[in-house]
Amino acid sequence: MALSQLLSSSSRSGNRLKSLSSAISLRHPISTDTTPITVETSVPFTSHQCEVPSRTVQTNAKELLTFFRDMALMRRMEIAADSLYKAKLIRGFCHLYDGQEAVAVGMEAAITKKDSIITAYRDHCTFIARGGTLLEVFAELMGRQAGCSRGKGGSMHFYKKDSNFYGGHGIVGAQVPLGCGLAFAQKYCKDEAVTFALYGDGAANQGQLFEALNISALWDLPAILVCENNHYGMGTAEWRAAKSPAYYKRGDYVPGLKVDGMDVLAVKQACTFAKEHALKNGPIILEMDTYRYHGHSMSDPGSTYRTRDEITGVRQERDPVERIRKLILSHDLATEKELKDTEKEVRKEVDDAIAQAKENPVPDSSELFTNVYAKGLGVESFGADRKEVRATLP
Amino acid sequence: MSLKFFAHFLFIFQVYISVFLLIIHLQFHFFEIAFLFYFFAGAKPMAAIFQGVGAAATLSSSPSNSFDSNNSVFSPLTSFSVRRGASFAVVRSDGILNLNPKGRRAQQLISNAVATKADSAASSSSSKPGHELLLFEALQEGLEEEMDRDPRVCVMGEDVGHYGGSYKVTKGLAEKFGDLRVLDTPIAENSFTGMGIGAAMTGLRPVVEGMNMGFLLLAFNQISNNCGMLHYTSGGQFTIPIVIRGPGGVGRQLGAEHSQRLESYFQSIPGIQMVACSTPYNAKGLMKAAIRSENPVILFEHVLLYNLKERIPDEDYICNLEEAEMVRPGEHVTILTYSRMRYHVMQAAKTLVNKGYDPEVIDIRSLKPFDLYTIGNSVKKTHRVLIVEECMRTGGIGASLTAAITENFNDYLDAPIMCLSSQDVPTPYAGTLEEVTVVQPAQIVTAVEQLCQ
Repeated sequence: MALSQLLSSSSRSGNRLKSLSSAISLRHPISTDTTPITVETSVPFTSHQCEVPSRTVQTNAKELLTFFRDMALMRRMEIAADSLYKAKLIRGFCHLYDGQEAVAVGMEAAITKKDSIITAYRDHCTFIARGGTLLEVFAELMGRQAGCSRGKGGSMHFYKKDSNFYGGHGIVGAQVPLGCGLAFAQKYCKDEAVTFALYGDGAANQGQLFEALNISALWDLPAILVCENNHYGMGTAEWRAAKSPAYYKRGDYVPGLKVDGMDVLAVKQACTFAKEHALKNGPIILEMDTYRYHGHSMSDPGSTYRTRDEITGVRQERDPVERIRKLILSHDLATEKELKDTEKEVRKEVDDAIAQAKENPVPDSSELFTNVYAKGLGVESFGADRKEVRATLP
Repeated sequence: MSLKFFAHFLFIFQVYISVFLLIIHLQFHFFEIAFLFYFFAGAKPMAAIFQGVGAAATLSSSPSNSFDSNNSVFSPLTSFSVRRGASFAVVRSDGILNLNPKGRRAQQLISNAVATKADSAASSSSSKPGHELLLFEALQEGLEEEMDRDPRVCVMGEDVGHYGGSYKVTKGLAEKFGDLRVLDTPIAENSFTGMGIGAAMTGLRPVVEGMNMGFLLLAFNQISNNCGMLHYTSGGQFTIPIVIRGPGGVGRQLGAEHSQRLESYFQSIPGIQMVACSTPYNAKGLMKAAIRSENPVILFEHVLLYNLKERIPDEDYICNLEEAEMVRPGEHVTILTYSRMRYHVMQAAKTLVNKGYDPEVIDIRSLKPFDLYTIGNSVKKTHRVLIVEECMRTGGIGASLTAAITENFNDYLDAPIMCLSSQDVPTPYAGTLEEVTVVQPAQIVTAVEQLCQ
C-alpha cells in the first residue's frame, strides 16, 4: 500500500507536472498581451523627396505572434503548393511567394479592408492576407469549384471583391494602371482609402507604369506603388534590366521610400507612413527589398542565374519568419515549443485544406460559358459543330 | 530519250538534284517518325498514311539511288522544278504526293508498301541520313544557321540570352554570338518590338521573341502601324525584314491570359506575313525562310509542340513561306488545319480511316496569305471542306478561310464549309473546361461524318 501510495503520489506529482506543462502549452498560442513593445527596424529607411519615417516601431506581443502565425501559414502553403505542383495536381504556371511573406503581412497590418490591393501573378499569399481561406487557394490551384474564381482563373487570377483584393494579373505591369484606376475611384467617391499597386522589379521597366504614375501625380490620386524588388525578373538580374535599379527613385517627381522587405515591422511602418502621405499628397513609391527562394515559377529552377550560396545566405540572414521568431524569443513572448506548436498547427491546417480541396469536384462543363458576359446579354454559343445551341451566354 | 533528257537535266542541276533526291528520300521517313513520336504518343501510324509513305518506302529501301527506281519519281518532280525554276533545293511539300495522281504507277508502288515497310522500320536510325531533334532544337538550329550566314541577324527578347530562352529556342546563342547579337531586353514589349522595327528599317534583321504571344498585345501598335505599314507609307523606301516569333496557343492549364491565339488579331494587318509551324521540319524551314524574307513575318509556334521529335535533313533547306503542306492525301473531304490542331486532325483521321473515310489533310502553314492554290486544288478534288483550328470562332483564321474559299471555289463545293474552332470564351484554368474549349478529335470525326452524308 505504501508502494502504491508512493506510486500514486509520484504519479500524482507527475500528473501535476504534466498538467502544469500542459497548462502552459494550452495557454492559447496567440497571446492577447497588448503592452507596447518598441523594436527597431533592421535598417533605416532611405527616402527620395520625402521625410524618412522613424526607425523605431511600436508593436505588441499579440501582433508579433499573429505575424509569426500568418507568415508561417503562408510559408507552409507555398511549400505545399510546390509539392502539389510536382505531383501534377497543380498545372500550368505557379509562382511562389516564399521569402516575400513579410511584404504581404506587414502591408495588411498597416491598412484596413477598405483600402485596395492589386498585385501581379505572385498572389497566393496576398490573397490569404486579405482574408482568403486556404481551401479557396488550394481549390483554385487545383481547378476545382470551391476556388476563389470557381476554378476558371488559376494561380494567376485570385480575386476577393469583398475585401478589396483586385487580383491576380498575368501580364507583367498591366495591373499598375488598373491600380491607379482604383485610386481614382477612391478619390472620386471620397472613400478616404488608398490603393496599393504591387509590381516587381521586372515590371518596373514597363512604360505603362510611368504613364499611370504621371497621371496619378497630376490628379493627386491616393495611389501607392509598391515595387517588390526580389532582384530578379525571371532570369534577368535587376542590374541587367534596369539602368537605375533604385526603383524608389524612378518616380522622379513622385516621392519614394526604400524599405527592407524582409522585416515585417519595417514594412508595416512604411505602409502606415505611405497611407498617410498618399491621402494628403498623392502618389508615393515604396520599394520593398525582398527575395524569393523559389525560382520565378515552378518551371524555373531558380539556380541558373543565381548561386545556391546566395539563396542560402539570404535564408540564414534575412528570413522574415526567422526574424520574428528571434524577436519573439528574445522578448520572451512565447517559448520555442509554443512556436513549434504553432507551426505544427499551421501545417495541419494546410494539410486539411488540401485534403478538402482534393475532394472538391471540378467545375461542370456548363461553367465554360458562364461569366463571359454579365447577365442579360443572351448571346448564344454553339458547340464545335455549329449545329446545336450548346449554351446561351447568360 | 528519257536518258538523254535525264543527262541534260543532270548536267544543269547536278548538285541540286542529288540534294533534292536526298531530301525527298528523307521526307518519306518523316511521316513515319513524326507519327511515331508526335504529341499523342503511342498512336500507331495508320495504314492509310503508309499508303502514301509506302510509295516512298520502296525508294528508300534502295539507298543507292538507282536510276530505275528514280525514273518513276522523276517526271512529276522535274516538271515541278522546271515550273518553279528553283535555284536551290526548295522542297515543295507536296512533291511526294504528286505520285498519287499518277494513278497506275502509284498503285504499283503502294502494292509493295507492306513488304518494304518492315524493311525500312527495321533499318537502324544511324543508317538513315539527317539527324533527329526536337522542335525547339530545330528552331534553334535554323536561327543559328541564319545568324552564322548573315551578320545582320540579331535576336531580341526577354531572357533569350543568358537564360537561354524560356523555351530553350535561343539556348547557347548568347555564348556564341555575344551580347550585342543576342539581346536580353527588360520587360517592355512595346518598346523593344518598336526598337526591332526601327533597326529593321535600316537594314538589320532582328528576330523579336515574345515570351508568349499574348505579351505581344502590348506591342500591337508597333506591329500594326509600323511593322505592317511602313513599307507602304514610305512608298517602298523602307523594308522591314523583321521576324516576330513566339509560342502561343492553348497549353496545359496556363490560364486565360497565357493561352491566346493572336493569329486572329493580327490577320487583318496589311503588310505582314503570318506562318505557323507544326513539325520540326517546317519549323526550321519556316524560321530560315522568315529570316531571309524581306517582308515582316510573324512566326507562330505552339507551347505544346516544342518537344516533338523528328528526323530532319542535315543540309540547308527552307520551306516556302506562302505554301501549304499536304499532310495526307485523300478523296472524300479536305481538312484544313494548322499548328497543334494538325495532330488532333491526324488522330481523328486514324478513326475516320477505320470508318472508311478518306480525308485529305492539309496543314495550311501560311496564315497570311492563304495558299489558295493548294487549297483550291484540294477543294476541286474532294468538294467538301472542314476547317479545324484553335482560334476563336469569331473573327478567326477559319472565318477568313471560309470566306476566301466560298468566294473563289463556291462552284466546287458540294456542302457548306464546316469550321471547327475554339469556343468564344477566355480559356479557363480547370483542365476539364480547357479541354472542352479546344476542338477534340472526337468532334472532328463527328463533323466529317456529318459533312460526308
